[in-house]
Amino acid sequence: MASSHGAPPVFNNKVIAWIDHRLPIFSYIEKEYHTFPTPRNFNYFWNFGAIATVMLVLMIATGVVLATNYQPNAELAFNSVERIMRDVPSGWLIRYLHMNGASFFFIAVYIHIFRGLYYGSYKAPRELLWILGVVILLLMMATAFMGYVLPWGQMSFWGATVITNLFSAIPVVGDSIVTWLWGGFAVDNPTLNRFFALHYLLPFIIVAVVALHVVALHVHGSNNPLGIDPKGPQDTVPFHPYYTMKDGFGVVCFLIVYALFVFFMPNTLGDVANYIPANPLVTPNEIVPEWYFLPFYAILRAIPDKLGGVICMFGAIAVLFALPWLDTSRVRSCTFRPIYKWFVLLLVADVILLGICGAHPPEGWYVPASRLATVYYFFHFLILLPVLGKIERPLPLPSSIAEAVLKKKAG
Amino acid sequence: MSIKLSMQRLILAGATAFALSAGAAAIAAEDMPPLPHHEWSFQGPFGTYDRAAAQRGFQVYKEVCSACHSMNLLYYRNLTELGLTEDQAKAIAAEVQVPALSDDGSPIERPGRLSDHFKAPFPNELAAAAANGGKAPPDLSVIVKAREGGPNYVYGILTGYVPYDKLTPEQIKEFNVSKDDNFNLHFLGHRIAMPAPLADDKVTYVDGTKATLQQEASDVVTFLAWASEPHLEARNRTGIRAILFMLALAGLMYATKRAIWADKH
Repeated sequence: MASSHGAPPVFNNKVIAWIDHRLPIFSYIEKEYHTFPTPRNFNYFWNFGAIATVMLVLMIATGVVLATNYQPNAELAFNSVERIMRDVPSGWLIRYLHMNGASFFFIAVYIHIFRGLYYGSYKAPRELLWILGVVILLLMMATAFMGYVLPWGQMSFWGATVITNLFSAIPVVGDSIVTWLWGGFAVDNPTLNRFFALHYLLPFIIVAVVALHVVALHVHGSNNPLGIDPKGPQDTVPFHPYYTMKDGFGVVCFLIVYALFVFFMPNTLGDVANYIPANPLVTPNEIVPEWYFLPFYAILRAIPDKLGGVICMFGAIAVLFALPWLDTSRVRSCTFRPIYKWFVLLLVADVILLGICGAHPPEGWYVPASRLATVYYFFHFLILLPVLGKIERPLPLPSSIAEAVLKKKAG
Repeated sequence: MSIKLSMQRLILAGATAFALSAGAAAIAAEDMPPLPHHEWSFQGPFGTYDRAAAQRGFQVYKEVCSACHSMNLLYYRNLTELGLTEDQAKAIAAEVQVPALSDDGSPIERPGRLSDHFKAPFPNELAAAAANGGKAPPDLSVIVKAREGGPNYVYGILTGYVPYDKLTPEQIKEFNVSKDDNFNLHFLGHRIAMPAPLADDKVTYVDGTKATLQQEASDVVTFLAWASEPHLEARNRTGIRAILFMLALAGLMYATKRAIWADKH
């Protein structure tokens, strides 16, 4: 770790040296993104932080361009989006990049979260790093929800109506809160106007929290697939060029999949009803949120009581804040947790099942399935994790990262 | 008070939406025959719009559909993208009279221009609803993107009418069909307000193509698909180039990554 605590770098370029002497941004970049000692044993799951960052930047860049052509007015919004699609040069490209970008941002972040769960990246000393990540997820959800309202199609309008109505479940003040959120007595122009303002604001707050997330990450460095701390230079490589190159390769692979959707099936992940202008008098056949909300939507509907459903839906995220203290195992990585490993994968299957339930009307087998899956979700975090950490017998940990890497190479 | 009332109705509508949707979906799942699967010129990553079909489709829209359905998002200038010359598009635009203001500010009507939107059949939505049994016919500008099944759905609707005397007694009973109803195989609930719009020889094609029902339907669907997604061809072209470029880039990056990591593996 000598490099990170060594003497400040010397810059040959006089301008850079002059600036750095007064504002050490180049020293910072040198220290945090060049010589930064990084575990040498990352697998490709460790690409998704960089991928999520790229998606965030891409969403902001395309979003700013869209905002220059969009009209946040209930009379004009739908047609202004169509004008972007038809008459603004390359508008269709920017709009489809943004629309599908939301989905791919969530894909990247969900995989990133799974990585953290499986390899125990939330454990000491990275609890705050994890919590900041959950804050980012919440901000993303709010941003995505409000962004989906902006085209002012049928699903925009009815999604906004259903989701904002959830707050009416709060006793006593619920209805007042809903009126306050709407800026009136129904989802209407004031709602669209404020959602646009907030949809433009929140991404920059996300950027700020991402910055904190990165600062927290760089205090103790990244976790790694073995979940053991690097013990010396033989366990690490400098971030650049080793991980800049590997992340760059991962980012391009991810963008290829993203581009397949943007260019060849741009509307597959969306709902056809959002190409029908919003109409308060006609309810769509089905009101379904975007796919990335479906597991939480299923939890909401699984509870027969409205307030209970709302509490459980928000609880499903809230429980993640407590995760570092719910997991009592001292071993981070599931590589060495022979029982818990399978339960993490079961949790993934459980969330996918919830997503399937959320996509279908609550009838037939979807009702018991979504209830069972909801129960397992909370059972996993609140009971299984604390208990399993006490009774599970982890496999022996390797003595160092280098030893494990070299052994794998030899074997 | 009335605002408050309508709000409550709205919330009620939202709350019952799930129940309604469940019912509608049940009908959809059990009683709907599969949509016809047509080969469309604009399918797939190399798809392009068959210009001749789209032009014939525009003729069908102009002579049949446009009596009731607006296409508010389209301009007459867009017709040149279908291969019409500017003069042809100008002539088509000039066939309609659009409201305008004269130099002294009095309301007049003038012939349409390329920069005008397609003229709607009714002056406003209320008039459209009043003339069509209480519900305005949907605007067709993005209809192919606004329906599950896309072009196959629109084609299915246009060709899915069954005359009353060809219905089975079970169908009549189950869907409560009367002699005055229009029965459509692919419409949710099967009873559709729109009477069968197309039939053999409904139009006489200027290019001499035989105007069967299927021909008219597939032509007008090609036209409507173009109207819904006018930049599809540019999108496909850009997409193929972007993906080839990124595949090459990924290959180079992988090779570079291997070289950089060679001493660490």
